[in-house]
Amino acid sequence: MSELLRLEKVTVRFGGLVAVSEVDFHVAEGELVGLIGPNGAGKTTLFNLVTGVYTPTTGRICLGGREVDGLNSSEITGMGVARTFQNIRLFNSLSVLDNVIAAFNLHLESGFFGALWRGAAFRAQEAQIQEEAMALLEIFGLREAAHTPCRSLPYGDQRRLEIVRALATRPKLLLLDEPAAGMNPTEKIELMRLIRFTQERFKLAVLLVEHDMKVVMGICERIAVLEYGRKIAEGTPTEIQKDKRVIAAYLGEEVADA
Amino acid sequence: MGPRFLLLLSIAAVSLVSFLFTGHPQASWPLGQMDDYLLNILILAGINVILAVSLNIVNGHTGQFSLGHAGFMAVGAYGSATLTQINSKACLASLAFLGNAAPLGLFVLSLLAGGVLAALAGLAVGLPSLRLKGDYLAIVTLGFGEIIRVMIQNTEALGGARGLAGIPSQTSLGWTWGVSLLSIYCVGSLVNSTYGRGFLAVRDDEIAAEAMGVNTTRYKVTAFVVGAFFAGLAGALYAHFIGYITPEGFSFLKSVDVVVMVILGGMGSTAGVTVAAIALTFLNEALREAEQYRMVAFALLLIILMITRPQGLLGGLGRWLPGKGGKS
Repeated sequence: MSELLRLEKVTVRFGGLVAVSEVDFHVAEGELVGLIGPNGAGKTTLFNLVTGVYTPTTGRICLGGREVDGLNSSEITGMGVARTFQNIRLFNSLSVLDNVIAAFNLHLESGFFGALWRGAAFRAQEAQIQEEAMALLEIFGLREAAHTPCRSLPYGDQRRLEIVRALATRPKLLLLDEPAAGMNPTEKIELMRLIRFTQERFKLAVLLVEHDMKVVMGICERIAVLEYGRKIAEGTPTEIQKDKRVIAAYLGEEVADA
Repeated sequence: MGPRFLLLLSIAAVSLVSFLFTGHPQASWPLGQMDDYLLNILILAGINVILAVSLNIVNGHTGQFSLGHAGFMAVGAYGSATLTQINSKACLASLAFLGNAAPLGLFVLSLLAGGVLAALAGLAVGLPSLRLKGDYLAIVTLGFGEIIRVMIQNTEALGGARGLAGIPSQTSLGWTWGVSLLSIYCVGSLVNSTYGRGFLAVRDDEIAAEAMGVNTTRYKVTAFVVGAFFAGLAGALYAHFIGYITPEGFSFLKSVDVVVMVILGGMGSTAGVTVAAIALTFLNEALREAEQYRMVAFALLLIILMITRPQGLLGGLGRWLPGKGGKS
């Protein structure tokens, strides 16, 4: 499997605060990787680094072998990275369908002038996008709700819609930022199934930030652990569960010298 | 709403307005020659529709707060008048091959020049300032409008503070409403497409829009340039309607007038903004006798609307209509 994302000694500082410190990390094609760590460990910052919201102070981030330094978010999305947000960020005034359609923007062949002229090529393109968007909604069980305002969806469906919207950009790597937050146990089980299904169906690599250990341990092939911006461990779920430093990070150190 | 529907709606509005008012006895209107007066108001209404619809793509659809629309209008007005008034002889001479149609040809050319100049101004202002958000952008655009006004005031070649008189009056009802229908069509078409969803995405959530591959800066600048282009056309039409333009006519207050139309009509609703522009033009005339109290009436109207219908007259309607723009 070839490598999709590589971070080399990535550090980011906000003033005096080192949010991410010398992190080496990679994700290969089709992998499902988890990223965990206590609150404030720098997980979301790492997401924002990969998606171009922040630029690393030092270090390199490469996507498919190409360095992304200096590219803005939309260009990085164009290179095949899509994400969802910790606190849902849908386009609130748009319908469910329009939320997905907006994400097709990246692959438009007729843009500004096409929309003005509304010729045959434009109409064919619009029809095709509508069809594809509906097909995506269908897969995720949101087809019925396509024409309702996205705000009126239940919480779990909004999370699913965020995933659908991200998939519309045709990513190779999908970043999920705490998708299980605020979900009940049944919803979480459904979410795990959904993530695995998405990964297989769209042949994606998935990078998952999650607090819920059941979800992370249940679906991830590999897990990296951050604490205070540093990567303190990386390995299979079983390895991570036994790792002393990880246990210490989550539960506190055993009293030394006792 | 589909653009074709918007076109029909606006044509219906125009014919309804002319139908309603041409039947009235002439005495009921302040000026003796009622038909001319009505014609003038209808032309002004058309110009206001262009202004409001074009500002709506910036303030309504893309969610950027611009207060400099009168500035772009001024660029269009003075830009076009440069061709038809200041350099009219040379321009007419170079269009002599058109024969009798030369003045008309020059008029069309000057309209385009006004629009393009304003669009360039929009690009020049938009590129650096659209990194700013909300109030900051409002202040920069306000500043731009004032800079344009003061620059014209101090440019003798453009008539300075005295203004520019003797611009051939060539703007007719047909031209005005032709251009306003064009602006309605263009803005409606742009927004009702996959491409146009980008504007709405930028308005709703810039960070999410970027993450979904929408280049927010490009969209904002595009909205700005399109808005400025039509404001320039409106300015050019206005100059060739009124025949005499002064820098004062394009002051900050004019920008506010347009913003009020957009807010009353409903941010992001082309139909609502069109209706509001027409209604406010007529209201403005109806209240002409009340002089200064006009502004009080406008303010009250705005306050009442904000309390009862914060989304504007027609805002929020027709947004969830199914099946738009898809099947051919």
